[in-house]
Amino acid sequence: MAVKISYRMQKNLLIVGFLIVPLALLVTFSFYPAVKLIYYSFTSWDGLSQQYPWVGWANYATIFTDPQLFGSFLHNFSYFIGGLIQNVVALYFAVILSSKLKGRSFFRATLFLPYMLNAVAVAFIFKFLYLDGGALDTLLQSLGLGFLQHDWIGNDSIVNWALAFVSLWEFFGFNMVIYLAALQSIPEELHEAAALDGAGRFRTFWYIIMPNLRAIIQINLLLTVSGALEAFNIPFVMTNGSPPTATFLINTMNVAFTFDNYGLASAMAIVLLVIVFIVITIQQRLVGGGKDVV
Amino acid sequence: MNQVGSRILWGTLKYASLIVGLFVVLFPIWIAVVTSLKSNQDLSNLGILQWPRHLDFGNYITAWNGGDLGSAFLNTAFIIVLSVVGNITLGTMVAYVLSRFEFPLKRLVLGAYLVVLFIPTITTQVAVFGVIKGLGLFDTPFALVLLYLGTDVVQIYIYMQFINRIPVSLDESAMLDGASYLRIYTSIIFPLLMPASATVAILKTITIYGDLYSPYLYMPSTSLGVVSTALMRFEGPYSAQWNLIMAASVIIAIPLVLLYLFLQRFIFAGIVSGAVRE
Repeated sequence: MAVKISYRMQKNLLIVGFLIVPLALLVTFSFYPAVKLIYYSFTSWDGLSQQYPWVGWANYATIFTDPQLFGSFLHNFSYFIGGLIQNVVALYFAVILSSKLKGRSFFRATLFLPYMLNAVAVAFIFKFLYLDGGALDTLLQSLGLGFLQHDWIGNDSIVNWALAFVSLWEFFGFNMVIYLAALQSIPEELHEAAALDGAGRFRTFWYIIMPNLRAIIQINLLLTVSGALEAFNIPFVMTNGSPPTATFLINTMNVAFTFDNYGLASAMAIVLLVIVFIVITIQQRLVGGGKDVV
Repeated sequence: MNQVGSRILWGTLKYASLIVGLFVVLFPIWIAVVTSLKSNQDLSNLGILQWPRHLDFGNYITAWNGGDLGSAFLNTAFIIVLSVVGNITLGTMVAYVLSRFEFPLKRLVLGAYLVVLFIPTITTQVAVFGVIKGLGLFDTPFALVLLYLGTDVVQIYIYMQFINRIPVSLDESAMLDGASYLRIYTSIIFPLLMPASATVAILKTITIYGDLYSPYLYMPSTSLGVVSTALMRFEGPYSAQWNLIMAASVIIAIPLVLLYLFLQRFIFAGIVSGAVRE
């Protein structure tokens, strides 16, 4: 640089220059749409016209009175329960993997593998597996569990649980890796002290390990619960979001992009946002100790 | 319970659980591979769990051509490269400014990124859609690049942790040599952040590779298919031809599995540092 600029001046230039593009992106693709969403939610905008007819709270009233809309949260319920089980499974395997074990890295690598598979590929694999009389039914038959055979996708009372299992299968490895890292960061002395005091395996886990995992359990639950509320990909690909499997978010997208009712869809998105926020807040109250957590 | 008994019990339970877990994880993948190798004849004649009588790799060729998977890989690679390079540049810039300088609105900037974390991106798409159309980017790959480009709080924290470990004395000695702040960023901070950037790049690649709804919404043209949308569209014309659908699924799954085989440690470290900060 020919002309030396003072460091004070440089600092100001740099701060503005380095932040302007990232902040512009943040505003354009996050804050501005969020504000727009609130505005649209009070209109009956069709997504195309220049007119935004004001309808007040009518869209919100529709959501809470039309069982097809708010009722679709019932379909998210299986993903929620599946998510809780997913965390138990993940923690269980993390405990096993952090104990004395032969072939640890092989087991860890394999259990994590589903997370690395493309989501659409996973959905197709399970769609095939779940066919009536398909691979899963055949497997159950050959294991002598023939009475468990089902039309996993075709039976409306089972399908959401079958889909929630796909989510569990795909994502438990992700939670497991996080739990594993947390378990390995617990100092060895704690285990030794507990053993000296004569604590058994279960008591050590419950009184020594669990309290140390509190923050991590909270992160994982937060990810899982918001994931359950936002379940979309799996039913979208596996059943084309058919009515018995349409989660709240699938309905939101349909209302917007299929039925061109952007106003109502925006209100649905806002409702979802508020619910995610409430759930996160309640959870933080319950589990607590989330200060050191993103 | 006596000590020895409990140890044997736990040991047995441990390995039994692992074997069950392994089976549950591998069974669907195994079925996908077996099915993808079956000729139409084997598919209809053999049991679903049976190994094909002769391996038919033809399914892979049909799937590759029929699904236009080659161009899907090219489109995906183009989007990933542009997004990741831009993302790393912007992320390191933000982290550098936030960790090395004090200025009035600093907390606000950090706070803004934190708030966004709680807005699930997929819910705001109804409104983002308008923005993309307004920018004239609808049905172009740049719509996706712009959406993926922005940095997020997790990346910023990963970078800030790294920057805080780079001694400030390094900056200061560069300043004694007359280096500008920009120079310090380009020749000290950015290169030293490479390990963190590798982590960020891998996480970003995994996210983009698996994303379905953004390409589905913003790039409806068949010629602009990325791996997720190309695979999804593949089902239509080949419905119920499961050997082909499984072959296409296996093809789409392979690149990240390879990435995983070679960069496992980075991926685990990235996931952990993405979820937890000190």
